[in-house]
Amino acid sequence: MPFIPHNDADTRAMLDAIGADTIEDLFDEVPAELRADALQHVPAGRSEMAVTRLMHGRAAQDTQPLNFIGAGAYEHHIPAAVWELTTRGEFYTAYTPYQAEASQGTLQLLYEFQTMMAELTAMDVANASLYDGASALAEAVLMAVRANRKSKSKRFLMPANVHPVYRQVVETIVKHQGITLELLDYDARGGHLDPASLPGEPGDICALVIPQPNFFGVLEDVDALTDWAHGHGMLVIAVVNPTALALLTPPGEWGRDDKTRGADIVCGEGQPLGAPLSSGGPYFGFMCCKQKHVRQMPGRIIGATVDQDGKPGYVLTLQAREQHIRRSKATSNICTNQGLLTTAATLYMTLMGPDGLRQTAAHSHANTRQLCERLCAIDGVEKIFDRPGFHEAVLRLPRPAAEVLTALEDRGVLGGFDLSGHYPELGNAILVCATETKTAEDLDLFASALKDVLA
Amino acid sequence: MSNVPNELKYTKSHEWVRIEDDGSVTIGITDHAQDLLGDMVFIELPETDANYTAGEECAVVESVKAASDVYAPITGEVIAVNEELGDAPETVNQDPFGNGWIFKMTPEDAGEIEELMDAEAYRELIASESH
Repeated sequence: MPFIPHNDADTRAMLDAIGADTIEDLFDEVPAELRADALQHVPAGRSEMAVTRLMHGRAAQDTQPLNFIGAGAYEHHIPAAVWELTTRGEFYTAYTPYQAEASQGTLQLLYEFQTMMAELTAMDVANASLYDGASALAEAVLMAVRANRKSKSKRFLMPANVHPVYRQVVETIVKHQGITLELLDYDARGGHLDPASLPGEPGDICALVIPQPNFFGVLEDVDALTDWAHGHGMLVIAVVNPTALALLTPPGEWGRDDKTRGADIVCGEGQPLGAPLSSGGPYFGFMCCKQKHVRQMPGRIIGATVDQDGKPGYVLTLQAREQHIRRSKATSNICTNQGLLTTAATLYMTLMGPDGLRQTAAHSHANTRQLCERLCAIDGVEKIFDRPGFHEAVLRLPRPAAEVLTALEDRGVLGGFDLSGHYPELGNAILVCATETKTAEDLDLFASALKDVLA
Repeated sequence: MSNVPNELKYTKSHEWVRIEDDGSVTIGITDHAQDLLGDMVFIELPETDANYTAGEECAVVESVKAASDVYAPITGEVIAVNEELGDAPETVNQDPFGNGWIFKMTPEDAGEIEELMDAEAYRELIASESH
């Protein structure tokens, strides 16, 4: 039963009112060669009862494997209160309300979200979120090109150990704007961007992207990289994991030079803060920056102010830079945010607090260390990079990753992310991650399953 | 009716130009422009020492309701910018032809200035724009 309320009599009356014979007539302007025929390969519609049964059958095929895959999306415990509140009618919508209709409650929540992200990253300003980590990084690059008025080159540096999908998205978005991505190799032993390998005379470069941790889970020497970039007139774009920031030096404090301390733009994937994995989304991107760059920052920004009676209130601010007003010269085509996901993130951060975030990070880190110890005790398995890391590690296997991972999956374990496609130079390598959700028994189970598979 | 000083030159994009004794020019936006844009919140000044061609975007004036480009009225080099506008962008609203000046240039070709509109032509322009 369709949910369209018009019956034949209604439709006839409407067509008569506008002087059309049939609904088909309304499409007269579309040339015949562009018209689509009836969809050939889509089966006929079914009843709600039949579809429900079909979906139940498919859902029953899902198993509950132990998940040790990170690679940009992390399984953390989400307190029940987070989604209990996020799914309340006052919050629960995919819509993005605008200034005229946005409620004070919505704006206050986003303001608090922005405050928490600015504190977590030690930056001056945060926006109300973007779509996801990858597109946030692309927007950060576009922003750096606009904001770095001293640089004329539109060239920027991207380490090869930044998430490969993020790099692809950035390339797609910037390439038609005359912006050139130059790839920097990572160190074969450490898995990091070695500051000693950076050129003494890099020329006119607009920005350096610094991941922390990088895609391999390895920690970068952020102070040295930040100082080098600033010393050569580049802006620093930090791509960070928000959970890691509970333990690591925040990007606003990177660098040893007092005068130039801090990344200029910070971005990343906010999924670890209260968003379930959900087969890949929806997630949200976050972006923060130094005060002096705020007018170049894309996305919505909520500000606090007072009304004419002096009472506190919240508004959307700096809107003159957004697409619906500035059009082709706007900071971005984006004029929306991930309202629902930021609601969940704000609730998650509120419930966890700084101590809870710290414990989550520390526990995840400890679990990954212990997992690596157990797995590397197996003949033929070795950890590749010898530098400190955060909650993820690259392991080399004695057999091709794809077949090992499939065999592990048959034993109820999702063993990690196969790196051989994006990084063939690493050989039979997988990226493993153990968050706070794993127990010692889980780690033992993985180890014994892998031992079986490799035997 | 907005103020249109007779001694200045004007552009179609609502910039005014004052020729100084030393041959340099001072540039701002007109009373008509500031009135249309509303309360200024930020002025993005041009880079000192930068060279611009006539008609090239070189600055942005941002009000509560719009961010509008300012175009170089002539070809030349920027020799000064009004840093005071950083703390007091509203000066552009209050005194657009005086303290609200935005930047100064050395013209490459003094002849270009002659081709700009005079006060009478600018008055006609804004009269025709408001129908």
